Amino acid sequence: MAHDTAVLVLGGGSTGCGIARDLAMRGVDVTLVERGTLTDGTTGRMHGLLHSGGRYAVSDQASATECIEENEVLREIASHCVEETGGLFVQRPEDSDEYFREKLEGCRDCDIPATVLSGREAREVEPYLADDVSRAIQVPDGAVDPFRLCVANALDAERHGARVETHAEVIDLLRDGDDIYGVEVRHDSGPGKRTHKAPGTTEEITAEYVVNATGAWAGQIGAMADLDVAVRPSKGVMTIMNVRQVDTVINRCRPKGDADIIVPHETTAILGTTDEEVSDPDDYPEEQWEVDMMIDTLTELVPILEEARTIRSFWGVRPLYEPPGTGTQDSTDITRDFFLLDHDERDGVSGMSSIVGGKFTTYRAMAEEISDHVCAKLGVSAACATADEPLPGSEDVRVLEEGMDDFGLRSPIARRSNQRLGSRAADVLETNEPNPVVCECEGVTRAEIQDAIDQSGSDLNAVRIRTRASMGNCQGGFCCQNMANELHPRYDEETVREALDELFQERWKGERHALWGEQLSQAMLNYALHATTMNRDNDPARESTQLDYAQFDGGA
Amino acid sequence: MAITDDVLVIGGGLAGATAALAAAETTEDARIRLVTYKQSTLRHASGLIDVLGYAPGTTDDQQQPIADPYTALESLPESHPYQRVGIDAVRDALAFFDEIAGDAYAGAHTDRNALVPTHGGTVKPTARYPVSTAEGLASDDRDTLLVGFETLPDFDAPLAAAHLEAAGAPFDARGVTLSFPGIGRDDAKVTRYAHLLDHDERVETPSVTGETGAREALAATVNPHLDEESRVGFPAILGDAHPAAVREALSDALGAAVFEVPMGPPSLPGLRLEDLLYDALESAGVRVTSGVPVVDYETVAADSTGENSTADETTTAAIDHVIVDRNGAQIPHEADQYVLATGGLVGKGVESNRERVTEGIFDCYVPHATDRYDWFVDDVFGEQPYARFGVVPDEELRPLGTDDNPEFSNLRAAGAVLGDYDYAAEKSGAGVSLATGYVAGTRAGEACQ
Repeated sequence: MAHDTAVLVLGGGSTGCGIARDLAMRGVDVTLVERGTLTDGTTGRMHGLLHSGGRYAVSDQASATECIEENEVLREIASHCVEETGGLFVQRPEDSDEYFREKLEGCRDCDIPATVLSGREAREVEPYLADDVSRAIQVPDGAVDPFRLCVANALDAERHGARVETHAEVIDLLRDGDDIYGVEVRHDSGPGKRTHKAPGTTEEITAEYVVNATGAWAGQIGAMADLDVAVRPSKGVMTIMNVRQVDTVINRCRPKGDADIIVPHETTAILGTTDEEVSDPDDYPEEQWEVDMMIDTLTELVPILEEARTIRSFWGVRPLYEPPGTGTQDSTDITRDFFLLDHDERDGVSGMSSIVGGKFTTYRAMAEEISDHVCAKLGVSAACATADEPLPGSEDVRVLEEGMDDFGLRSPIARRSNQRLGSRAADVLETNEPNPVVCECEGVTRAEIQDAIDQSGSDLNAVRIRTRASMGNCQGGFCCQNMANELHPRYDEETVREALDELFQERWKGERHALWGEQLSQAMLNYALHATTMNRDNDPARESTQLDYAQFDGGA
Repeated sequence: MAITDDVLVIGGGLAGATAALAAAETTEDARIRLVTYKQSTLRHASGLIDVLGYAPGTTDDQQQPIADPYTALESLPESHPYQRVGIDAVRDALAFFDEIAGDAYAGAHTDRNALVPTHGGTVKPTARYPVSTAEGLASDDRDTLLVGFETLPDFDAPLAAAHLEAAGAPFDARGVTLSFPGIGRDDAKVTRYAHLLDHDERVETPSVTGETGAREALAATVNPHLDEESRVGFPAILGDAHPAAVREALSDALGAAVFEVPMGPPSLPGLRLEDLLYDALESAGVRVTSGVPVVDYETVAADSTGENSTADETTTAAIDHVIVDRNGAQIPHEADQYVLATGGLVGKGVESNRERVTEGIFDCYVPHATDRYDWFVDDVFGEQPYARFGVVPDEELRPLGTDDNPEFSNLRAAGAVLGDYDYAAEKSGAGVSLATGYVAGTRAGEACQ
């Protein structure tokens, strides 16, 4: 029987995109489907830490070793997605010397470069560290942009012939007896790029092999074919500060605990996190105490956080998994290892494997192992090349270093654009058209927005994750409208209006958890601009009844 | 030694300026001073004077805009600032504004709201509008050409025209996007566009040989795109100091009426309104001290100020003086009467932290839920409790404490620092600032006579 594709990957997070790229590079015909935008699930909701492995150096040395290896690989193949910030595990007076020693030894056991700094030396690296931080272990932690990295994988998969379908929700698994041979998806608009308000269609996509890489949602996919995938979703909160209070990743040097990490990320710093099991990855409480705990606890490490401006909070869901029978009670004790469940071996149902567990830093190694497995099933002998071939944007590091005043942009904006785009900068920014700044907070220009629209259609959240537009201090209050304007005339007025409304509501969602002080003032200003100045809350274009213009003042 | 005035107004926005002007008009010989800290929020505002565009408290469905705001005022809840000052005071305040604004604003010929196109392409109801927008009213049925510029991403003219059509505007609207003559940088500020036109700078343009004045060059750029439309709308960049001359020159050259579509910040119509108010303050002899925050205050017992205190008010203190910080120097300012017009959350008259919401200078009572997760609702355009944060006044506009007594006998509040109304949803911000500024200033003036 002829299939639409050789391998069908479910899930457009880092794992799914990594697998699609790996297989496509090996010459395998791949299709990837994702329910929402790329990174919509867990990938887009992480704190952006590129692990050195230090975090797992005591509790899980196998993971720690894998982290440092992949950390080094990603610095090479994804340089435009990685910032080499370095990291510190800092000890406060109440944190045990015993654990500090174990951490240091663990790092050395796992070949993680680790140096001990005195409290004074640590404060020379990070002046805002608390006075009573007594010492620290310096490790090569980094910051990584999960959006950019995931999108680069998807772009490269496409470049190697893969089909990537976003806004395509799996509504059924196609099963013939004991064989799974594809899925039925519901396209949000049609196949291809998204167009808001365009009517949806459904499509059956058949495949020789299906890879379920939906993470925390893997159980729901499995259930469509009566397979039991006992993933244990665990939520964690992250709180974003408006500036970088630290330029180094700050970890608390103590055994597992909530609120023990600060990651500098682009213009912001991200505070994390909690770890609490939830029953439904799409519906769980987002609570005030979680946000307060981030600020209150991490203030012990960096006191100025108490007075700093918080711009939003968001929650992510880890796809934790442990093999049946382990019986771990506390989700923080569950391993961060990943598991490949071959449903043929496990359940006697052929044609599909599920991937669960794992962590972002090792997504490429996971993808390699899974792709090896899939290739063995398909009889493909090509070897993995993803550790050696740079991702789109990271091919030529010189491009990053060249030309501050290239492209006629103000220098800081050119620098930021170059950092985001890496070696793609020239392709995107070299334009004869005027290229004004569309998002002031993040310095994003029209050319970048247009490039993102080329990739993703009228989905402004997809534009956002590619460019960072609307992710700064104003949280889109000043620029959502300008971003939407860029959709016209490719998309008609109604489509643009829908896309704007969706983005504006999405930006509000995270801001609700930061509504005090400066950000509450900003929220009121955003509301006033959109409601008072633009009257978007009572837009006559949305009304079913015709407005009687003649009743109003028509001028003197 | 303290600087001494009769009336001290704190805050330099629409409400503060109106209060100072009203106080000056009430008492000819009085010394009135206005102190401001940061730039006023007028630069964020559209420059339109809204009174009431939508009835509050019914956000479930899309609403029709209100055609006659004065009739609608009567049905507002008792706690609304308009009800506190009374509808007659709203009319008086608008008349007062009309006098100050002179021929810079239009709309005074009728009680009805006008519908003004916004830069997003929808229309909004408003009571007074700068003359620069007068030719653009959506309730006027002349066909319209909208002109945007490729270097101004805030206003997409073809999209705005399509939006106006979707909103059922009673005319044909068309939009074009052009290159603004003389703008070389992709990220020039709006004030640069205005400056070019104000001074009619010489610019090079492909449509005219050699150099020509910016006004003529702009008209020459637009002209080929004009097709029978009798009015042409531009984003609000048509001059800062000489907007009337710019409009007239463009209008003559195009043979069509010219108007501006109000824009977001920095808003030239907002800045022009600010200039107009400060010119009026100067003419009225109001002393203005800017760039200084009020950082503290001292009280005296109300009785010792000679107020007509009643038995109920014996516990109400009066403000003796406030302390103003000027470059680190603490300067006492003393007055008989005070007006608080420091703005709401945007202007920072109302402040908050993770635990509570406060009024920033006198710590006047601001009602709010104890749990900050009750400060908002999930729909961004829903009935937002935070939008209603502010002090609660009595009919004299004196902020009330938790015990319903005035916090201070000689302090009145005006504008966005007042609570219990959502100016964004109602489109009532400027109207409330005018009405309450007018009443607070008048009462303050009367009290010190």
